[in-house]
Amino acid sequence: MKKKSVSPSHLKYLRNQRRNKGVVVTCQLLLVVLFLGLWQLLADKGVIDSFITSSPAKVWTTFAQLAKGDLWRHVGVTLMETVVGFLLSFVIGTVVAILLWFSQTVRRVLEPYLIVLNALPKIALGPLIIVWIGAGKEAIITMAVLISVIITIINTLTGFISVPEDKLLLMKTLGANKWQTLWKLVFPSSMPTITACLKINVGMSWVGSIMGEYLVSKAGLGYLIVYGGQVFNLSLVMCSTVILCALAGLMYLAVAIVERVVTKAMGL
Amino acid sequence: MKSMLSLSDVSYVYHTKRGETHALDHVSFDVAEGEFYGIVGPSGSGKTTLLSVLAGVLKPTSGKVSVDGKEGTLGAVGYMLQRDQLLEWRTIRKNVLLGLEINRSLTPDNLAYADNLLKKYGLHEFSSSYPHELSGGMRQRAALIRTLVLRPKVVLLDEPFSALDFQTRLSVGDDVHRIIKAEGLTAVLVTHDISEAIALCDKVAVLTPRPATVKSVFDIDIAENHDTLARRDDPEFAKIFKRIWKELEVHEEEIGESLSPQIPTQSTS
Repeated sequence: MKKKSVSPSHLKYLRNQRRNKGVVVTCQLLLVVLFLGLWQLLADKGVIDSFITSSPAKVWTTFAQLAKGDLWRHVGVTLMETVVGFLLSFVIGTVVAILLWFSQTVRRVLEPYLIVLNALPKIALGPLIIVWIGAGKEAIITMAVLISVIITIINTLTGFISVPEDKLLLMKTLGANKWQTLWKLVFPSSMPTITACLKINVGMSWVGSIMGEYLVSKAGLGYLIVYGGQVFNLSLVMCSTVILCALAGLMYLAVAIVERVVTKAMGL
Repeated sequence: MKSMLSLSDVSYVYHTKRGETHALDHVSFDVAEGEFYGIVGPSGSGKTTLLSVLAGVLKPTSGKVSVDGKEGTLGAVGYMLQRDQLLEWRTIRKNVLLGLEINRSLTPDNLAYADNLLKKYGLHEFSSSYPHELSGGMRQRAALIRTLVLRPKVVLLDEPFSALDFQTRLSVGDDVHRIIKAEGLTAVLVTHDISEAIALCDKVAVLTPRPATVKSVFDIDIAENHDTLARRDDPEFAKIFKRIWKELEVHEEEIGESLSPQIPTQSTS
């Protein structure tokens, strides 16, 4: 930004904006502290049974213990499954959307199938996946992909198709073929739809990988949660959940940064 | 003067589920080299179809379109669409080069020509700006340069100013007219705005309602004057306006009240 001489009223406006942001951040932090403090207090006073609800201190102890052990292996396994699932569903979804964009006939043929597959709760396919693919991380990744790929296809295709008719006419009058129209017009103008879809897929692929781990797993955060639940170690469940929250948040942030870089590079 | 663009007996029928529509019915006209040719017609008279046929995007059902003696127009004709249609994620220069990229003809010669046009028409310093940073008039000029870098023999203008406010519209119209005349190009302007057609064109053809055919052609004989704003003030302007207006009105009477395409109301400027 360029430095300009700023009028007092504008300075006041900027100060207010800054103060406003400060208030919001402070409140956000306060909310966490208040929640944790209350949770700990109630557990200490015996108002709630910390065997069932755990407590921040217990969660922390569990975390410290796990961190010395094989926590990072579990985190690594789940993170790998999620990221691979996320990337695969993006690639597969985009490629299928491109193919469907190329042929209106194929699009019309496949439309009802897409709608039904989209409505189907993918968890129902769990047993099939295990039998077909085997009870390993491949099955979990498949689950993560299945959960987000259909909606990726539908969203991306909608983005492709909603390119204004006038812009398509422009490409036609310039003599562009279908590939040129795709790369020079359709793809870049669908960028906002695609990045919005990616943001949704972050959550979707976490759902997929954790759900997959509930079904079959020997390691991972989903495994820890199920295991913790079975042996009534709720601190383990809470601890894994908190780690999940942090990881999902970070992944969303990463996608948001990619989005910002892409839009900036495109000059939007 | 030799004929640059010629249509002979061009008809176009398009099909929908409901049936077929005759959009163009034996349309014939010739545009001489360097001429600025206007086409006005009531809305729904097949103007857009005519343009698509002229641009080579639609193949006529029957009849012939030729540019400079050669049949077929795609590549020989530049099309300026309604609104500028600049791609928001490309810089002005990249927008201007879009057609060359598609033709795979980004030769040093063509690049120099593009930069030269940008310089000549005052957009050089905005080469690396994005469309949203430019005013409506400048965007329109960039769109015109995008058309010109392909060195078309004929430029088609499809109500290219309709999205602009009235003030801008007058000056952009003048701007485009000046550039096209300066480059010695042949142009066809399709519009429903009679006054715009008279201000910019050397000849104006009036279309009938669908199926469109050329009803009559007016020579715009306003004292040799390239300033389109001054032309609007010429006493002759109002006379021609009335004659063309009458010509369009006749159609409405012919068709009566049933299904008549509306004649757009004109703001007499």
